[in-house]
Amino acid sequence: MKEKEKEKEKEKQSPDKEGVSLKLTRRDILKGLATVPFAGALAISAWEKLSSEKARKRLILEELGLTEEAPPEEVPPSPKKKELIRIGIIGFGGRGESLVRSLGFAHPDWVKRKAKDAKKNRFDTGLQDFLNQEDLNVVITGVCDIFDIRAERALATAANDVRPGGGKGKLPGAKRYRHYQELLASPDIDAVIIATPDHWHARMTIDAVAAGKHVYCEKCLTRTEEEAHQVYEAVKSSGLVFQLGHQNRQLESHFKAREIIKRGLLGPVNLVETTTNRNSPVGAWVYPIHEEAGPHNIDWAQFQEPAPHKVPFSLERFFRWRCWYDYGTGLSGDLLSHEYDAVNQIMELGIPHSAVASGGIYFYQDGRDVPDVFQVVFEYPERNLTLVYSATLSSGRNRGRVFMGHDASMEVGSNLVVTVDYGSTRYKEKIKNKVIDLSLPLFTFRPGAKGIDTVTSATEKYFAQRGLLYTYRHGRRVDTAHLHLKEWLECIREGGQPSCNIERGFEEAITCHMATRSYLEGRKVYWDPVKRRIV
Amino acid sequence: MSPSQLYLLTLLRVLIGWHFLYEGLAKLFSSYWSSADYLMESKWIFSGLFKALAASPAVLKVVDWLNIWGLILIGLALMLGLGERIACWAGALLLFLYYLAAPPLVGYNYSLPQEGSYVIVNKNLIEMAALLVLSVFRTSQHLGLAYFFARKKVSPLNQES
Repeated sequence: MKEKEKEKEKEKQSPDKEGVSLKLTRRDILKGLATVPFAGALAISAWEKLSSEKARKRLILEELGLTEEAPPEEVPPSPKKKELIRIGIIGFGGRGESLVRSLGFAHPDWVKRKAKDAKKNRFDTGLQDFLNQEDLNVVITGVCDIFDIRAERALATAANDVRPGGGKGKLPGAKRYRHYQELLASPDIDAVIIATPDHWHARMTIDAVAAGKHVYCEKCLTRTEEEAHQVYEAVKSSGLVFQLGHQNRQLESHFKAREIIKRGLLGPVNLVETTTNRNSPVGAWVYPIHEEAGPHNIDWAQFQEPAPHKVPFSLERFFRWRCWYDYGTGLSGDLLSHEYDAVNQIMELGIPHSAVASGGIYFYQDGRDVPDVFQVVFEYPERNLTLVYSATLSSGRNRGRVFMGHDASMEVGSNLVVTVDYGSTRYKEKIKNKVIDLSLPLFTFRPGAKGIDTVTSATEKYFAQRGLLYTYRHGRRVDTAHLHLKEWLECIREGGQPSCNIERGFEEAITCHMATRSYLEGRKVYWDPVKRRIV
Repeated sequence: MSPSQLYLLTLLRVLIGWHFLYEGLAKLFSSYWSSADYLMESKWIFSGLFKALAASPAVLKVVDWLNIWGLILIGLALMLGLGERIACWAGALLLFLYYLAAPPLVGYNYSLPQEGSYVIVNKNLIEMAALLVLSVFRTSQHLGLAYFFARKKVSPLNQES
């Protein structure tokens, strides 16, 4: 009897063995459900943790008055029926060709090359991105370049129907003009894009508006202060639509940054630091020289006509013009201009009270006369603020564009990060109550955070970091220059002012020229707001 | 299996289950999480494959979804003790993929923060090995929901029918 009882007991305990009864004992239930309480404990702690994080986030966003979403676009919406605009392109170098692509026209060779790249590297979505671009309903009817090979390239580009909304075989193609004034005189052109070296910007813009053409001009607005005044007057009195080529005005992160500054979330901002770091020959304007180029296919006399010093034909000067003050202003007009314009867009600073610049030709001692290391300090006493710009062309170290406030600082590139300051007055209570954790950013804005950027070269990486290549609309990656051109075209069709109009362009030009003058004259320069002159 | 072996192995199972389940839930409830950052960090011979997963938004969506729900289901299975063997194998595979995407080999550095110092062996690899151990012991048949089924399977009534 006892043995039988023992066996029964055993059967209950070890279900693996034969002869077990199906009747569940308390012990069975305990064994089956032994680990369930752990799952319950996890559920409770996970819920507590996740909901406290959510509450903290909501509290912070409410305090800041911000949303997580992208800010509303400041670009006017596309009208339904778009009138065709006929474009003339003046200057078809690297930048001109890239702008025309942003308009929706690519050279057949580029299409072929990008198709090959896409086959080799599936991250290279350049061609697909181009074809997915919105069709802006424009045609290129005139091209002007004083280098024959580039002019031919422009003609082939204007006639290539492999494009967004293409394949209808309706492209009229473009006519080549040897002088920009002949292009401006053509009745087949409504608007022009100027992508020439800086020493031509002023004269071309002034003549274009005089001929009744709308203008999209590359930065820097002009090469000198005097020209900036002339362009300003000419554009203002013309009533035509002018857009300066600071495409990073289209960045979602910049819209968000404006919102943050407007709400005063950083507290008083006393110092803004912005930088350029590049470290490659191309980044330092040592651009490749076309192997077939020579005096026979470049109109050298026309090239250097507005330049202060006339020199014998030089391939270096033609292709690497940014290295000489005769044609541009070096770091001032090329890269400080972008950085200043970004800060001006975000904070609406206007022209500074004063500027002190210094630097030198320290690495690229290749015959250039513009510095490759360049620092400028701009003062804004009325805003209680200093803007510092610092650049080197021989170090790729990434330094952010930082807005430093008493309560928080903000770093803005194509992303945006706000970090609370430990000495903040505004957030003192929240820091004390541990609502704000100083070891973490208060707010991070990553447009297109769920997608991946596939940027292929080092220079491209620099541009992408600074937000000069892409931004996002509704989570989709879009070329900023495309949006900037689109904004210009919408204003031509619908009226209104584009974001980088002549007022902003004038501020940009004067600010850059204050830096250049200070460097060249070795002294602090001031802006006289009454006489509207640099003194 | 002695009682102490059973209890300790079950503890290991529950802890790994907890880790998986919470990793999955945290990703599920974060509106910004994506596997893209991790995949794009990939190095070594399979990096092309992992980066390709991140390159296409459509594929990435599937990868994210599989990862989140894989973690949650594996975690639940291990904690509750049901479908343990499949969960162990699936979990080990997932961890091995994490390992392959970014192995701590000599000369490789990653920009995403790591919680320790590793060479060749990291926590992914150890957790993977622990899951493989669990897969051969099947503690859930003794402690866990599987116990109910294990009981039934060997019952004489079932054998007769």
